[in-house]
Amino acid sequence: MSSFLSALFKKRSSAPVARDRLQILLAHERISGSDDKNDLITQLHREIMEVIKRYVAVDQDKVQIKLDRGAHCSMLEIDVEVPGLSNSKPASDKAATPGPAPEKKPASQDASAPAKK
Amino acid sequence: MSKVLVVTSGKGGVGKTTTSAALGAALAKAGEKVVLVDFDVGLRNLDLIMGAERRVVFDLINVIQGDASLNQALIKDKRVDTLYLLPASQTRDKDALTSEGVKKVINELRSKFDWVVCDSPAGIERGAQMAMYHADMAVIVTNPEVSSVRDSDRIIGMLDSTTERAKKGKKIDKHLLITRYDPQRAARGDMLATDDMLDILSIPLLGIIPESTDVLRASNLGAPVTLAEPESPPARAYIDAVRRLKGETVEMTVPSGRRTLLDWLFRRRVA
Repeated sequence: MSSFLSALFKKRSSAPVARDRLQILLAHERISGSDDKNDLITQLHREIMEVIKRYVAVDQDKVQIKLDRGAHCSMLEIDVEVPGLSNSKPASDKAATPGPAPEKKPASQDASAPAKK
Repeated sequence: MSKVLVVTSGKGGVGKTTTSAALGAALAKAGEKVVLVDFDVGLRNLDLIMGAERRVVFDLINVIQGDASLNQALIKDKRVDTLYLLPASQTRDKDALTSEGVKKVINELRSKFDWVVCDSPAGIERGAQMAMYHADMAVIVTNPEVSSVRDSDRIIGMLDSTTERAKKGKKIDKHLLITRYDPQRAARGDMLATDDMLDILSIPLLGIIPESTDVLRASNLGAPVTLAEPESPPARAYIDAVRRLKGETVEMTVPSGRRTLLDWLFRRRVA
């Protein structure tokens, strides 16, 4: 009964959620200090783009970069839409949608790697 | 036609960010395509209120400086499909907000969204100026308290003189949103009366948001109050305000928290 009650209370109170979110966020912000963290991502992005451009012509908009900062490790997900690899599925060559975040296309390649903290 | 809406106040801590998130989410839930833009460069918090703080990769300054495209910087909300966030930079300073850069970003956002909601920083400096410059409409967030009303008056003066519309001789649609309204203090006569505030500031009233722990709870959870507790008094007040923003006529009331025990239990379980 007491565990049931505590479970109920845990669901109700929002303060622990707030504490956990702040701890994760501040841990990342303190490490990054001034510009470092932001620059790491920006630099990584630039260099990855350079490498990709050596092989295929890619629009900057066709590269989606997602980040999920966790308590112990972060996930950096880079989704590159590579044109010309859709030979096996010729019908899947849809026109690019003008929406703010294009959905993943069949011809995209995922590269996920934990970001170094 | 798309609208650029600035949420501003002059004074800090009156609820601009809470209001931006709540109004934006309610608009998006009503089917509008909405982007929330955080202009508080160096002290961003809209990402935290929206619960997107772990997902920020690029920001407004990155877009202005060409390090990222707008599509790359926009963060799609996980709860409402038509809601997006453009975070502010946490590390740069406000000087990075160039007039040209902001103009370009706002124009691009206008072409993609029905509503561009700009969350202004406190104060009257560059960040606040940039947030209001391109606005068609303004929501002036004011607490029923003397210093807040004074600062709002100052901001209203700026909206009428230093913005793009003002310079073209056009008017900005201004709306007063009273937040942290305490019905008990009002009943005792210890709080500035709504009519007096309207009289002093002479702009139309958009809504009255009651002071509530639901707002704090929502920010703890990282969700706009209109999504986290949509039935709560402040959320109902925000949803009414959104209907008025969209041109509907809605009777002005201050939603109260009177609920039965059953309602209360049920609501908590759902949340």
